Amino acid sequence: MKLKIVFKLRYLWMFFRHRGRLAALAIAAVVIAVGVPLWWKTTETYRAWLPVAQINELAQLQLQLSVEVEVVFSKGTLTAEHQKKIPPSNTRQEEHVVDETTRLRYRYETRYRTATIMEEDALNQSTAAEADISLHMLSESPSGSVVIYVVPESSTVLPEGVSVYVGQRRTALLRAGGQMRVAVALKEVLASLETWIKQVLQVMSFSHGDITAALSDRVRPGDRSREGLADSMRAFKSSPGYEITFSLLNPDPTSHLLHWDVEAAISSYIQPLLSKMAPVANFSIDSQILYYAVLGVNPRYDPTLNAYTLNADSLSHVINPVEARLGSSAASSNPVLNFLLYVPDSRHSPLHITDHRRHTVPSNAFSSPRWGGIMVYNVNASGTELPVDVHIDMRRVMGVFLPQLRLMLGVQSAAPPPGFLIGPCGNAGLADWELDRLMWTRSVENVATATTTITSLAQLLDQIGNIVINDNIAEQVSSAVASLQLAVGQLEVGNLGLAMQYSKEAILQSERAFFDPSLLHLLYFPDDQKFAIYIPLFLPMCVPILLSLLKMASEVRQRPGQGQAKKD
Amino acid sequence: KRNQCYFKRSLNVVCTSRFWFNYRHVANTLSVYRSVKRLGIPDSHIVLMLADDMACNHRNPKPATVFSHKNMELNVYGDDVEVDYRGYEVTVENFLRVLTGRLPPSTPRSKRLLSDDRSNILIYLTGHGGNGFLKFQDSEEISNVELADAFEQMWTKRRYNELLFIIDTCQGASMYERFYSPNIMALASSQVGEDSLSHQPDLAIGVHLMDRYTFYLLEFLEDIHPSSTTNMKDLFKVCPKSQCVSTPGHRTDLFLRDPGSVLITDFFGSVRKVEITTDTINLTAPMVHLEDTRPVRELRTEIQTYMDQLPVAEIIHQKPKQKDWHPPDGFILGLWTLILLVFFKTYGIKHLKHIF
Repeated sequence: MKLKIVFKLRYLWMFFRHRGRLAALAIAAVVIAVGVPLWWKTTETYRAWLPVAQINELAQLQLQLSVEVEVVFSKGTLTAEHQKKIPPSNTRQEEHVVDETTRLRYRYETRYRTATIMEEDALNQSTAAEADISLHMLSESPSGSVVIYVVPESSTVLPEGVSVYVGQRRTALLRAGGQMRVAVALKEVLASLETWIKQVLQVMSFSHGDITAALSDRVRPGDRSREGLADSMRAFKSSPGYEITFSLLNPDPTSHLLHWDVEAAISSYIQPLLSKMAPVANFSIDSQILYYAVLGVNPRYDPTLNAYTLNADSLSHVINPVEARLGSSAASSNPVLNFLLYVPDSRHSPLHITDHRRHTVPSNAFSSPRWGGIMVYNVNASGTELPVDVHIDMRRVMGVFLPQLRLMLGVQSAAPPPGFLIGPCGNAGLADWELDRLMWTRSVENVATATTTITSLAQLLDQIGNIVINDNIAEQVSSAVASLQLAVGQLEVGNLGLAMQYSKEAILQSERAFFDPSLLHLLYFPDDQKFAIYIPLFLPMCVPILLSLLKMASEVRQRPGQGQAKKD
Repeated sequence: KRNQCYFKRSLNVVCTSRFWFNYRHVANTLSVYRSVKRLGIPDSHIVLMLADDMACNHRNPKPATVFSHKNMELNVYGDDVEVDYRGYEVTVENFLRVLTGRLPPSTPRSKRLLSDDRSNILIYLTGHGGNGFLKFQDSEEISNVELADAFEQMWTKRRYNELLFIIDTCQGASMYERFYSPNIMALASSQVGEDSLSHQPDLAIGVHLMDRYTFYLLEFLEDIHPSSTTNMKDLFKVCPKSQCVSTPGHRTDLFLRDPGSVLITDFFGSVRKVEITTDTINLTAPMVHLEDTRPVRELRTEIQTYMDQLPVAEIIHQKPKQKDWHPPDGFILGLWTLILLVFFKTYGIKHLKHIF
């Protein structure tokens, strides 16, 4: 009886132990099969898919810039035989390797033709400027192209000593050299023209130096000359928008009552320039008057000039105290250009700016790179009644601010080569070819900056594995990549306007993707913190499971031994 | 050798401690801010973050001032301070956002670090720190790995040309151990395992006014003027162990130039480059006067009425409001429940019938 109970108990015990073992195994199976993948999935950082292959392609930038050139021969420049044998078109390519990831190819597609009768009439004007204007009325050339009219050596349209006249739009007048003689072969004629055409294109379209300067975001410039560095630092970097502020500083309202018709001046002189530059960037203009705003520097009295002077060395200390009072539109992060008009107080009138050689500066103005310009306007406060009414001559003022503005925006270029005459820039203050030049460099700069942004974003996200990448980032990156590819394609074909537009879109999208506020979530935990979080959660649960598994394993090892013992 | 005059200077000065007894951290930050402004960097290029307002703290015996030297010699708060991030806005997230530029689009210009690849940036941090972290606001911390990653993000986006990192906390050297981006130079007030100590208390204000390292750093900077030629090697010698008690450390292996050729004014001061304007344009077209097309606004003719104000009697003779009765708090309830349970456990459940 007792043995039966013992056996029953033993069976019960084995049954429960069996069930216990099954339970432990089941729990372990659930933990491993369901728990671990669930924990892994819920604690991983969300990273949306990025088009990495396309981004890596962009890292290798191969830019091709195509310029369409039209060379028009007028009467007297080519003999009849040459005229019959002119090739209709010619393509010249220049390859440059900037560094191991950036290559440039310049493609000049030149078309040759002879002038039409109307063009001949236009070229027979007395001065180059008039010829230029009449030529414009005949045809319109697309953005990015250049038309060169070759006039005979004896022609009087170009003044003495001038070989090339660069007009307001996209045309240039080139005086044929002395090689235009009968016995010379056509090839030599074209070759000699080629050297002149190259120079014209470097002035009117772009030079290799300009393009490499525009690529400075991709390519660290290394050791450049001081002038080159100064030039590149003077103009603002390419930005989709700029803010321009005109300020009138009146330190002495009791003596001077100033009237300035700034709205009319801006709409007459500044706005045409900015409207013409609309493809490059948006501009917003405002103006203000500041009273009791003084310059931070005391001018010195110079008895030889009978005036107060501000030397060039002390000018740099003028800007900082004034800048705090200028204010700016807080809402946008576009670069700000400030133009200040300072009317000296009656105690320090007249005030002249002197350069390093102590000569007075005729414009009485100075500028600071990437900041803006300041002009000192002297006023004759002669009058018995104070305050004296002063009407500021806005034409003179804008005549100084306009070239400063051109300088800040990067329009001004290096001095032209010898023999070149640059014509006046026309009503808008900006010649078409200057705009084209700006658009070439700006679109290359935009493409370079956008590619660096996208590739560095991809690299960064790869390197720092903890950053969360949301879906909208992936979308923005994809659209930026698409815009970039379109921009590069349009540059290849030579559609400058479209290339500029796509490059601007690419920049906006890439900047938005890179600077998205959600990319900040760096989920970094030091190792000891990770242990501290997981151990209290997992250890109490894992210990019984592990122990029971270990016990089962030891029993399994013992049982063959036991079986053997029993058999014995 | 590139002329450093053409590089813009930007600054980020951060104080991370709250509470009145951390007065010295705010004074540290403000002193660096002041000397940098004196050397010519404008407010638009400085992002100043103060975690607490000491000048208008209730415990400040001299309101609207923050002194950096005992006997109240130098008021570093002054009239001209522009604090960009104040109080609870100084968080690790905001700090990292300012550095990396990942701010929401509505952030005003003064709260952004508008730097580009031609900016030399100075970052000054002070507060309480430990081995590998810096405490923000007594509630969160930034680790040295996060800081290094933030600087790497700045480098890849070309947000700086050269970066100088100064930290004045305990075990400050641990914060620059993990940097890996090029062109960073770092200085710290103490090594790992050492504490940075404060300089001197002021008996009138009742707290310590400055930390030692920043105090001697400031003395050093007072001798710098915008055209001085002192270089970084002199900055490394500031506050030796005899004065600072802790050992200041520095790290220059990531910096491309030789520290001896780096001027202090490359980071601390800036003189703007100016050019005389030589070209003028002779404008001949007459000005077109705009017609005033704005409509003349009609004057408002409706009578204005006032809202009902409080009756005067209620304002002048205010009786104390009778407090409504609230049932006892959770804590009291819990305590009583515990006492009852213990009683019944000890004396048996049969006594319950006496209650109910």
